[in-house]
Amino acid sequence: MHDTSAHAVQHQAPTSFIRKHVFSLDHKVIGKQYYGLALAAALIGMALSWLMRIHLGWNNAAIPGLQVLSPNGAPGGVMTPEYYLQLMTMHGTIMVFFVLTTAPFAAFGNFFLPIQVGAEDMPFPRFNMMSFWVTFTAFLVLVSSFVLSDGPTLGGWTQYAPLNSIGSAGGPGQGLGVVLWMTSIALFCIGQLLGSLNFISTTLDLRVKGMSLMRLPLSAWAWFITSCMGLTAFSVLMPACILVILDHVAGTSFFVPSGLVLNDQLIPHSGGSTLLWQHLFWFFGHPEVYIAIVPGIGIVSHILIANMRKPMLSQRVLIYCMGALAVLSYMVYGHHMFVSGMNPISSLAFSFPTLVITIPATITVLVWVFSLYGSRLRINAASLFALGFISMFVSGGVSGFFLAQPSIDIMLHATYFVVGHFHLVMGVAAMFGIFAGTYFWFPKMSGRMMNETLGKVHFWMSFVGAYCIFMPFHYLGIAGNVRRYATFVDDYLQPLIPVHRFITIAALFTGAAQLVFVYNLIHSRFWGKPAPDNPWEATSMEWSTATPPPWDNFGGKHPVVYHDPYQYGVESSVGDYVMQASPEQVKTDHEEK
Amino acid sequence: MGKFFAVTILVIAILSAIPIVMHTWDAPADVSTHGHLIDEQMSETMAEAGISFLAAQFILAFFVWQFSNRGKESKLKSFPGGARALVIAALLVVGVEVLALGVFGVKAWAGVYLTPPSANAMTIQAQAGQFAFYFRYPGPDGKFGPIHPEMINEGNQNLFGLDPEHDVESRDDVVTAELAIPVNKEVHLLMHAKDVGHSFFVRELRVQQDFVPGLDVSLHFTATKVGKYEIVCTQLCGLGHYNMRAYLEVLSAEDFDAWMKKQAGMQ
Repeated sequence: MHDTSAHAVQHQAPTSFIRKHVFSLDHKVIGKQYYGLALAAALIGMALSWLMRIHLGWNNAAIPGLQVLSPNGAPGGVMTPEYYLQLMTMHGTIMVFFVLTTAPFAAFGNFFLPIQVGAEDMPFPRFNMMSFWVTFTAFLVLVSSFVLSDGPTLGGWTQYAPLNSIGSAGGPGQGLGVVLWMTSIALFCIGQLLGSLNFISTTLDLRVKGMSLMRLPLSAWAWFITSCMGLTAFSVLMPACILVILDHVAGTSFFVPSGLVLNDQLIPHSGGSTLLWQHLFWFFGHPEVYIAIVPGIGIVSHILIANMRKPMLSQRVLIYCMGALAVLSYMVYGHHMFVSGMNPISSLAFSFPTLVITIPATITVLVWVFSLYGSRLRINAASLFALGFISMFVSGGVSGFFLAQPSIDIMLHATYFVVGHFHLVMGVAAMFGIFAGTYFWFPKMSGRMMNETLGKVHFWMSFVGAYCIFMPFHYLGIAGNVRRYATFVDDYLQPLIPVHRFITIAALFTGAAQLVFVYNLIHSRFWGKPAPDNPWEATSMEWSTATPPPWDNFGGKHPVVYHDPYQYGVESSVGDYVMQASPEQVKTDHEEK
Repeated sequence: MGKFFAVTILVIAILSAIPIVMHTWDAPADVSTHGHLIDEQMSETMAEAGISFLAAQFILAFFVWQFSNRGKESKLKSFPGGARALVIAALLVVGVEVLALGVFGVKAWAGVYLTPPSANAMTIQAQAGQFAFYFRYPGPDGKFGPIHPEMINEGNQNLFGLDPEHDVESRDDVVTAELAIPVNKEVHLLMHAKDVGHSFFVRELRVQQDFVPGLDVSLHFTATKVGKYEIVCTQLCGLGHYNMRAYLEVLSAEDFDAWMKKQAGMQ
């Protein structure tokens, strides 16, 4: 527990336009900048998925205007196989890094973590500003590869070696395209490392008086745990990316072994290891899955509690489960490599923790679902997305039972089953967490309410649409449909093409729902109903301050925390809840102490 | 709207399960000696995952139906047993479930990867390169000649980089673009990549294994049914990845001998 005297006012109220809106040191502005970046990235990523889906459903379809984007990649608007792979790579990279990492963690975390702990800002505001601008630069570097004459890299978001290290002989985009990709991701890692440092020190050092660790809301716990993962995962990926760049520009051979032949020419490299890249990548890559989803777990818990009007069955159990997921995420990464040529005993060693990780995940789901029992659940756009998150998390999670087992992985590895699994559990579920967070926190962030009716339309279209897209992926995978194919030429895959067409139509429909969301977001930002300070009658610190919060969060006051984060179902002077910062004593049977 | 949400989840859960229960899209029938172990493991996992999926969605739907939009006067209740009961239930049920899957799964995995090929298995070399598979049989001497990567030249059809002029063992080696094997005879596949990572996936044989540049990887299996099956690449290897495939011909012993003679004559 910390005294308010530990706080140092890190910066004065900004006065110039640039300091207020561009190079701002204010964590709230930086949070909104991250949100804007994630939104732009998500729209680009979604547009790429539309192009891919249209191509997979109707191979020879000319997509009007595509030839303008890439005359070589889509002559006459018809996508070439290599252009398909390039769009796929960019879709995956943009979505995993610039949407699923930035929105739930960097955007919401930046805006709300300092407020939820009662701080005026983060301890290193300049690092925080740098974190955003480095990430923004990383995004520009990545999308700039679209203008290269041979396009962006086609190696997939996993960028396996040695395809990532042998230069343009490996295919279009494998020269400068890869170098730009690696530069972008290395920069992204720096941005997230700076962010993680700030998140960790904010949580540990800037908690206001009375805010013990156990009094932190679940969202704050989730961001804290995620930042610990970020610190250790991104610090492994960054050097790995730098080594690939060296293989390209400095003649090194970190990831290229000797004796490889391309176009009848011996590649002048020797001594590298291709599996080394896979180990480094997945040591980052699997925790990355949890970096994307743990903030969602925290956000959804936080939102559900406010809408259930009662706390979760156990705050502590949920925190321990998030912690267990984080720790185990480093021990399971080898399940991506069961058939990679790694020692088969290692596969078994990685299989058991992968199976075990289902235990904290199951406990989390059980605590959510059984906490609904006996609640007074309010249904609104935010709570619908939170409930949808649980449904998607379960649906995507159970397929993990299959992929955790090396023997079954022999049949399902690199098929659409895997695509369905990770899209549901880390893609759609995490997106639902972002949407729930947006509908819940938008009033505090912008000072205006979002349109609830449009929010519900957005939910229903997205919920049904996402199931129509991603459930059939599992069926395709079970049937043996291989992923990352531009066209299905195999005799065996021909009968599955109608399923792909169904998925394409569902993807276009679900994408249209996101336009409803964007319209709602923009319209509400300017013309929405003004939001009161605490529209949801919630208890945590962000609702104790003005809407939108002043630049120093609490208007020069140092709040004191008197209660657990979720004192609902009590009788107080304001209703069935008491806020963390309210000194009012209420009768309660669930204060954690 | 809570009740509508509950019904929607129920409908989605049931519709999702129908194609699985009806076996609408199944993997092709197994033609290997080890495949039934994988198939059984798959069925057991499907049953456990399916029950978990349906149970979780049903309970979620039921509670949302029951407890959404209740008035302020309705009493808040807590689940009897609390979190402790749930943690114990999860540890017991899921713990036993995953332990069972893990332990039984070892058998299927061991059948493919932890038992060495038998001494009389037929050894064939497989080479993957952008964007084709090639296979090499050792010929009557039973020995593969050494590979000289610098001599690989597709133009003059020296696909494996052989030097029969200097290497005696290479002289009778037979190189083909399709993989023919005799039925009910164990095959030991020695796999190497020519350029980048590739993979060897035959759905009917229940085998999938990456080719790893710089590593010699091996795989062994026995096909039990005569027929022609697709070998496809499942590791993203470049622009022609989608089109990288070859055929596996499982032949009777006599047909295989005839095929081998014909191929040897063509070299």
